[in-house]
Amino acid sequence: MNHAKTPLLEMRGISKRFPGVVALNNVSLEACPSEIVALVGENGAGKSTLMKILGGIHQPDAGEIRINGEPVTIHSVNDSMRLGIGFIHQELNVFPNLDVAANVFLGREPRFGGFLNLIDRRRIEAETEKLLKRLGVDVSPRAQVGDLSIAHRQMVEIAKALSLDTRLLIMDEPTSSLTLAETNRLLEVVKDLRSHGVGVIYISHRLGEVTEIADRVVVLRDGANAGKLEREEMSHDRIVQLMVGRELQQVHTPKTESTRPRYFVVENLRTRRYPDKPVSFNVGRGEVLGVAGLVGAGRTEVAQALFGVEPALGGRTMLDGEELKISSPQEAIGKGLCLIPEDRRNLGLITSWTVRENTTLATLTSYARGGLVDFAAESKAAVEMSSKLRVKTPSVEALVSQLSGGNQQKVVLAKWLLRKLKVIIFDEPTRGIDVGAKSEIYELINQLAADGAAVIVISSELEEILRISDRIAVMHEGNLTGVLNRAEASEESIMRLAVGHSKS
Amino acid sequence: MKKELGIFILLVVLCAITAIMNPRFLAPENLQNTARLIGAYGLLGLGLGAVIITGGIDLSVGSVLALLGVLLSMAVREWGAPGFAAVLLIIAAASALGWLHGFLVARVRIQPFIVTLCGLLFYRGLARFIANDETKGFGDATGLETLQSLAIGNLLGVPTPFVLLMAISALMWVLIHRSVYGRYLFAVGNNEDAARYSGINSKRMIASAYIVCAALAGVAAVIFAFYTNSVSPSSHGNFFELYGIAAAVLGGCSLRGGEGSVIGILLGTALLQVLQNLVNLLGIPSSLNFAVMGAVILIGVLADQLLKRKKLKA
Repeated sequence: MNHAKTPLLEMRGISKRFPGVVALNNVSLEACPSEIVALVGENGAGKSTLMKILGGIHQPDAGEIRINGEPVTIHSVNDSMRLGIGFIHQELNVFPNLDVAANVFLGREPRFGGFLNLIDRRRIEAETEKLLKRLGVDVSPRAQVGDLSIAHRQMVEIAKALSLDTRLLIMDEPTSSLTLAETNRLLEVVKDLRSHGVGVIYISHRLGEVTEIADRVVVLRDGANAGKLEREEMSHDRIVQLMVGRELQQVHTPKTESTRPRYFVVENLRTRRYPDKPVSFNVGRGEVLGVAGLVGAGRTEVAQALFGVEPALGGRTMLDGEELKISSPQEAIGKGLCLIPEDRRNLGLITSWTVRENTTLATLTSYARGGLVDFAAESKAAVEMSSKLRVKTPSVEALVSQLSGGNQQKVVLAKWLLRKLKVIIFDEPTRGIDVGAKSEIYELINQLAADGAAVIVISSELEEILRISDRIAVMHEGNLTGVLNRAEASEESIMRLAVGHSKS
Repeated sequence: MKKELGIFILLVVLCAITAIMNPRFLAPENLQNTARLIGAYGLLGLGLGAVIITGGIDLSVGSVLALLGVLLSMAVREWGAPGFAAVLLIIAAASALGWLHGFLVARVRIQPFIVTLCGLLFYRGLARFIANDETKGFGDATGLETLQSLAIGNLLGVPTPFVLLMAISALMWVLIHRSVYGRYLFAVGNNEDAARYSGINSKRMIASAYIVCAALAGVAAVIFAFYTNSVSPSSHGNFFELYGIAAAVLGGCSLRGGEGSVIGILLGTALLQVLQNLVNLLGIPSSLNFAVMGAVILIGVLADQLLKRKKLKA
């Protein structure tokens, strides 16, 4: 575009490695004043790491950052604020217990009254009012933030960024929890900011929004620049192509057809998060159904509804021809279902307990006589399961908190494998797990299916989904946008459904 | 086990100091009376321990003692109810109150502190109203000798309440440390979500702890009523919940839930009673009673913290 103008932000050759993984490799990004740059890429492509470097949370191993042509180093959020960089995170950082004005001026309230340090309420309310007016938001500075909608809370954050004299605003998935009308309103505000000279880096999975507002799209893939598109060149297809890359690997071992189709059937399941988006699918006995989609697509909500954690608002679930009525995990477990949750440290395990106690938590009554725990039997079961799953632990009396992520996940699995399972739901089974343990978990998933269970695997890693699934269901914002069989499934076809195209 | 050992040593040291400074500590009647009080207060501590293990609290215990004490006395003295039937009724009423607390905490999801604080106020007021603010008692307890002996009698020289506490403790020990129920109770207190995801009915577990706590308070209510033989509705049982909470905390229960032991609670109860006794025997002004107790609890918890930090470093 305007190459004569000094870019507001230049990031050149940024590299960052974490133990065992290269998060960013020689990545470059620039943004000019009055420009909206969309930053897109799959989950794990390196977008957040790049933005965390701008926010001073991570330091780059190599590369250079310039603001207005001046080289800078950013060591903290304060550095980044001083340079005029503002962030609107996906998880909003507002205090619901304070009012709007207090949120906008938190930590830098104008004071009066000398040593009394009283807050100049009149001034912060007046200035907040001005900012809200500029954003076209009809909210009182005295309104409690907790009473506001998500969209309005976001506007409070934007107002805060503006009050900090932000020249570069970074927005991470700002529309992920907004309604359509709210999204349009936000896009108007973003355009308005642009016309006032603010540079915007807009991170989004929603390609419709991206093509609507972005002046330029920068695509990251596997921690590197995958390409960029100017306004004229933008289209969904070209963006998706850049996101997944051309070299599509087709290395999956074909599996035998499932032994009994439509073993576990879900019809018009409605979740609390997406109450008007019914979801239907089925899994065969011995089949692995992958559930792909971007973060926030509503996959976890479906899993939690099936398992009774957050009971479904409506719909039918049938297992082997019998209708299931499930309103608690207890009932789900009784019917032979289990869920291996994504957040294993808080939901899957009691980390301050031993391997033994965690392993037997869901089956304790089987090792008890007259309500009393038979410690010998319990210990024996834990030892057997641990060695079967090759849990690396000094003994079953070691605390789970001392194990690695992969071994912790194996303990969660051990807990369930002591039961007779008919339907097993994995939610991001290999998140934060090293490569070796990953393939062991894949083997286990295959084994479980081969033993006759219906297996559902939710995963945001396309490679993983393609590797283990017999069929792949793809979700987008609460809708099930399509189910792909092995022949149809590719990174590209999944990505297309994941960003909201329907299967055609 | 370490935690119990620490408080056990503290208890032995305190007993030794008291015995050396005033040999009357070891006199049979003093030991008997201390044991009797340990028996009664221990029941409160055990019940509160169960609630604290789930991460909750029960502040209503003292007022429950007053309400039930008044009711018991009026039932047998004024309404002519047979003694044992009245006692059973009292324990049943206590359990019902516990059920109500459990329901409000686990189902309605009101914070335990608030539920039982309201209980503390409500039951106290109710007790005073029912008794017309008059002190109730059993007089010379004619016809109630057997019941009375439960509170003030001895069994082979050992005070009956202490014997009762030992029996109930044994039961509670098995329940808390050896049964599936106990394991689930700790699981729920430690991480309610993980417990729920493992198929444990966490609401029922939490509610049950309040029932156990109140039922034990009901048993203690009978003992305290006969022990004092004068239930003044405005002061009977005042602060008793705090003795129970203090005993549980001294004994290693964490107010965050998921930690605690029956033996620890017993040792904690004993420690508090020996302290009271020490204040009396060593001629410390009895007005300092609470101050001594507060200081010792603080020191105990501080020492525990320091030991834990040291262990983490090592």
